Amino acid sequence: MSAKAIAPLVLGVLILAVWEGAVRLLAVPSYILPGPVLIAETLVADWGLLAPSLGVTLAITLEALAAAVVVGGLLAVLFSLSRWVELSLFPYAIVLQVTPIVAIAPLIIIWANNVDLSLLICAWLVAFFPILSNTILGLRSVDRNLLSLFELHGAGRWRTLLHLRLPAALPYFLGGLRISGGLALIGAVVAEFVAGTGGNASGLAWRILEAGYQLKIPRMFAALVLISAAGIAIFLALTLLSHLLLRHWHESVLEERE
Amino acid sequence: MERTRKSVVSMRGVSKAFANGVRALADITLDIQDGEFLSVLGPSGCGKTTLLRLIAGLASPSGGTLSRPAGRNETGFVFQEPTLMPWATALANVALPLRLAGVARAERLARAAEALAGVGLAGFERSYPRELSGGMKMRVSIARALVSRPRLLLMDEPFAALDEIARHKLNIDLLALWRRERFTAVFVTHSVFESVFLSRRVVVMSARPGRISAELAIPVAYPRDEAFRTSADYAALCRQASQRLGEAMAVADAA
Repeated sequence: MSAKAIAPLVLGVLILAVWEGAVRLLAVPSYILPGPVLIAETLVADWGLLAPSLGVTLAITLEALAAAVVVGGLLAVLFSLSRWVELSLFPYAIVLQVTPIVAIAPLIIIWANNVDLSLLICAWLVAFFPILSNTILGLRSVDRNLLSLFELHGAGRWRTLLHLRLPAALPYFLGGLRISGGLALIGAVVAEFVAGTGGNASGLAWRILEAGYQLKIPRMFAALVLISAAGIAIFLALTLLSHLLLRHWHESVLEERE
Repeated sequence: MERTRKSVVSMRGVSKAFANGVRALADITLDIQDGEFLSVLGPSGCGKTTLLRLIAGLASPSGGTLSRPAGRNETGFVFQEPTLMPWATALANVALPLRLAGVARAERLARAAEALAGVGLAGFERSYPRELSGGMKMRVSIARALVSRPRLLLMDEPFAALDEIARHKLNIDLLALWRRERFTAVFVTHSVFESVFLSRRVVVMSARPGRISAELAIPVAYPRDEAFRTSADYAALCRQASQRLGEAMAVADAA
């Protein structure tokens, strides 16, 4: 393993050790701050309750991300093909982006009249903008001379899009996707908090709320650990995807090599 | 004798003004004969690139008449930079014009491989542009411009960014390609030495607005090699071209 991977691991272990030591030494009650060992034990003990919730939150996150890719990507292509569509629609995309999701989530929940659908819409609203704006930037950042070359060889708008603009936009799209992956998770969790739904098919946010009501603070931390782990896993998966798609040609993947 | 040959490009009083009012070209009258090697020599900003874009059909003249090869694969273009698609291999880059022309995959890859071999890059088919040196990228760019066997090859200061050793080598290889493939070459440059070495005819341009201020024949037989580059003839012709260029720049400064 490289020093790059070891350094943060060592720091992490060190912090956990200090945390555990402080909690034990100062006899902090577990309903104020549980130590990492207790959190790990709770994670194992409550796995039967937490695992389905993780599944629910992850499902909403991934569905929202998929919808963000489809809608953000298609809108970006549409915008690049028609200046008028872009001029008319882009301001509204910005409005959606800058409106705090917490503020409009209650409205969406009322309108959608279906908890899963409203959570999905909220998470999607948060996630789609980075993909849209990055992909638009990518579609526009095409070498002017390559555009001239395509024109010289009689390539129309569609073939220029397919063979030139889309590949040129790929690194930008993937950059947006990595941001959106994290945002989709945040959107899903925030929407769950606002919706505050209970029952069997509820996500990790509800488990946190529930544990808070019941003063089961270690379970709260366990749920939090799962949310963070899910976020990191999504980021790593998207980074891997990006690496696989760009490894042959893009500067961002090549900088480590000689 | 040259004059009686058929013109590939014919310009009569061509002018070009941009939307912002800048007059890039004024009253250009120029015939480019089939199979000749013509250099356009001039200072930066004299409208050389605009002239090339007009000939390529990438821009249209504001005034005058211009006839040029109309078919979409009759003109090849080499830009100042290699202008390769970084996500595609050298072979795929060279095959691009054929792909856009709808040539079947097997045939276009075979022809692209042949064109790559023609510029001395056999064995580099699967390399990505980032793995190639500046000179090699330029060779890929030339192979791409020639893969559709154009009648006319337009080059816009293609070797300006290369070191002198690579430039000299590419000059000689370009002449060999020109003699073998028999296309008409229009080579834009701001290098007196390059224009004299390569061409049969040098057109000198002056700036603001861009116009032709002098024409100079280079009556030296091909093949030309390193011996020509160090000959007294070459030095004398370079001196002449240099003088014409100096006059052209003086005219522009006075205007």
